[in-house]
Amino acid sequence: MSDAAHAHDDHSHGHPTGIMRWLTTTNHKDIGTMYLWFALIMLFSAGTMALLIRAELFQPGMQLTNPDFFNQLTTMHGLIMIFGAIMPAFSGFANWQVPLMLGAPDMAFPRMNNWAFWMLPVAGLMLMASFLLPGGAVAGGWTMYPPLFIQGGISYDLTILAVHIMGLSSIMGSINIATTILNMRAPGLTLMKMPLFCWTWLITAYLLIATMPVLAGAVTMLLTDRNFGTHFFNAAGGGDPVMFQHIFWFFAHPEVYILILPAFGIVSQIIPTFARKPLFGYASMVYATASIAILSFIVWAHHMFTVGMPAAAQLFFMFSTMLIAVPTGVKVFNWVATMWKGSLTFETPMLFAIAFVCLFTIGGFSGLVLAIAPVDIQLHDTYYVVAHFHYVLVSGALFSIFAGIYYWLPKWTGNMYNETLGKWHFWLSVIGMNLVFFPMHFLGLAGMPRRIPDYALQFTEFNQIATVGAFIFGFSQLLFLAVVLKTVKGGEKASSRVWEGAEGLEWTLPSPAPYHTFETAPVVK
Amino acid sequence: MIGKWQRVGMMGAALATSQSTLADYAYNLQIPASQVAQDVFELHNLIMLVCLGIFIVVFGAMFYSLLKHRKSVGHKAAHFHENTTVEVIWTVIPFVILMGMAYPAAKVVIDMKDTTNPDMTIKITGYQWKWGYDYLNDDISFYSMLSTPREQIYGAAEKGEHYLLEVDEPMVVPVGKRVRLLITANDVLHSWWVPALGAKQDAIPGFIRDSWFKADRIGTYRGQCVELCGKDHGFMPIVVEVVSEEDYAAWLAKKKGAAQSAAGDNTKTFEIADLMARGEQVYQANCAACHQADGMGMAGVFPAISGSKVANGPIEDHIALVLNGVPGTAMAAFAGMLSDADVAAVVTYQRNAWNNKMGDLAQPAEIAAARGGAATEAAAPAAQ
Repeated sequence: MSDAAHAHDDHSHGHPTGIMRWLTTTNHKDIGTMYLWFALIMLFSAGTMALLIRAELFQPGMQLTNPDFFNQLTTMHGLIMIFGAIMPAFSGFANWQVPLMLGAPDMAFPRMNNWAFWMLPVAGLMLMASFLLPGGAVAGGWTMYPPLFIQGGISYDLTILAVHIMGLSSIMGSINIATTILNMRAPGLTLMKMPLFCWTWLITAYLLIATMPVLAGAVTMLLTDRNFGTHFFNAAGGGDPVMFQHIFWFFAHPEVYILILPAFGIVSQIIPTFARKPLFGYASMVYATASIAILSFIVWAHHMFTVGMPAAAQLFFMFSTMLIAVPTGVKVFNWVATMWKGSLTFETPMLFAIAFVCLFTIGGFSGLVLAIAPVDIQLHDTYYVVAHFHYVLVSGALFSIFAGIYYWLPKWTGNMYNETLGKWHFWLSVIGMNLVFFPMHFLGLAGMPRRIPDYALQFTEFNQIATVGAFIFGFSQLLFLAVVLKTVKGGEKASSRVWEGAEGLEWTLPSPAPYHTFETAPVVK
Repeated sequence: MIGKWQRVGMMGAALATSQSTLADYAYNLQIPASQVAQDVFELHNLIMLVCLGIFIVVFGAMFYSLLKHRKSVGHKAAHFHENTTVEVIWTVIPFVILMGMAYPAAKVVIDMKDTTNPDMTIKITGYQWKWGYDYLNDDISFYSMLSTPREQIYGAAEKGEHYLLEVDEPMVVPVGKRVRLLITANDVLHSWWVPALGAKQDAIPGFIRDSWFKADRIGTYRGQCVELCGKDHGFMPIVVEVVSEEDYAAWLAKKKGAAQSAAGDNTKTFEIADLMARGEQVYQANCAACHQADGMGMAGVFPAISGSKVANGPIEDHIALVLNGVPGTAMAAFAGMLSDADVAAVVTYQRNAWNNKMGDLAQPAEIAAARGGAATEAAAPAAQ
């Protein structure tokens, strides 16, 4: 969040100012800042949709929306949160932190970096604008399953195009990050000495490069089925609707780890700092991350246990999915062991990191329950699944993003955030989040399907708790916005180390980090 | 710090007590009514207990550390950062626990997939937005759709006990019989699920998948479509009535009698007033979800019928459209869903309701004739 004042530090001549500065910038800090603001805007947009969904579900009967608009809201909430909020936020962290942590002057491909970012607002606008088209936005679910996805209007084609653009942006971003990590480390900074955040992003980048083209292929087939008379997914023409699900989940299961591995990285930076103790089991953390990434390619069909696959396939995907619990468990044990016999303090980043470990594990356990094929068949497409992936994505990915922002914001702006407000934000978020999503486990067990705008009377009470929680959680994010804006504008000055226990190259720089850093590479011993 | 933890604890306690005083909260899977559902129920309980145990051990250790190893109580940080023995142990132990879970789970998977030796077979077809049931052994077929009135959904009437979980024609099966289900769909994906029976299977257009259940107890079991299938996905419930052998035989006899009298309608000639009355009913049940009760459709999604070219053009084209649908859109082919009398009635209704004042009518015999020739005619627009 460096502001325009830093432009003065820029020694090159004739640099544009104002809007052109941001349009043409190739500076990793500027681009990181833009990624993060874009993600925040998208978070609030898709969050507003979530509140509309929860308001409709406050009581049985149709009140605020109609069934078609409700489906548009659930679909767009999912697409925008994943592709517009969480992924760009992690790219923002990578842009800011990877060069600072590696002692590199910038990203490997600065101009491609600019392009990768500026594609995103275009795609985001296209998605949001589809609400205004005849027939409204896409209503077929973020999973885009045909044949339903073939039925829709013009906004479906627009969404396919937007997904293509966001995919391109991700591929370019990840090539950039992987190249930077592999080629631009400071002398002496070997791979096994890198901060864990860089490791998790390196592995994430490979996952993105491997799977984004698969998504592009799947949506291209949808596009030609819709417009050019092909029958990839139309049984009447010899195609197979289930084939789409195989291709989609071959992308989307690794995507789940794309959304969580950088979160593991952020938390692995924060816990040692506030435990004042090095990360426990660094090497096993790296191996666990790599194992999770590799396993993520052979578990996709656990999203499809109800399509009617042979028993042998169900058993294979059940066993491989259960295996993922092993490296994930190693990570959780390592974080707890890092805290063990430390000298702990509980500033806001640490609070979010601890909540992450605890609540992400709840999401992990419900994931294990869902890995058991017979139980999954009962719970598939119910609110239990909604509870599961929100524990992983809200108290997992999003909480790690909050933790990371509080942790590095003083380094980026030179100002300390307001600790009291930060703690208020934490407690309201953690209480709100659990109120929304914990009751959903019970709703799913009791048999409430997901993606329905109206429900039977026995589901009323838990839905009301969830809606109250959603509004607490949603409105507490305005507090987060206020804290960030206040910190960008001013506040108590931060030291270069910022946190007593912080280790790593970024903390050797002054706060705020100058516009250009590590023009001469530091030497790591 | 202490104050904060207390506050959280109090909130949790308050929440727990308020929940236990209310009767409508269910915390686990529905009470099973079949062996498979029972097996799944027990499997879920087992896994939950194991998870709970691990959670208490791991986070017990973490919260102990959070309390005792804090800087504010003067704890100095140790400097260890690896221990191979510990790391191997906490890799191997979870693996062993998982193997313990995998074995009982695999047994249930194999049992669920075994659809051999059924006592009877029912073919289930998902439509936007209703279910079709074909009893292959007894040669009866019917559709089953939501019977909750619109007034209840839109708040104009008080909601009934089985709001959104009630249908006009439930699926009826005898107790204690192995029922094999052949599940498919006509338009988009659906998924047939009755939680208490432990049977869930996606309905996939163009493919037939099977599943089975054997109900242990007489009773009414309710479920819903669980695969997003468009606008009225939330409004296509499933009701299975499990009855005694004698009641089942009586139900079968009644269904067969009703089928015969319905077939008689297809050879009759109707007055326009009868067709309009019947057509309105057919329209409300099959067309109004998309085209709306006022025939105005929904802009950009579902075309209007009132004032449309089809309803105000040649009647042959209108009949062909209803029979064959429009491929690639939500407009289904109704040839397989509606009888000749019903198609005649609904076409007549659409041509003479709202702003449409064609004054003509269709008779069941014309529909029967159109069915013969319609297949080739309809192929032309579909191929474009």
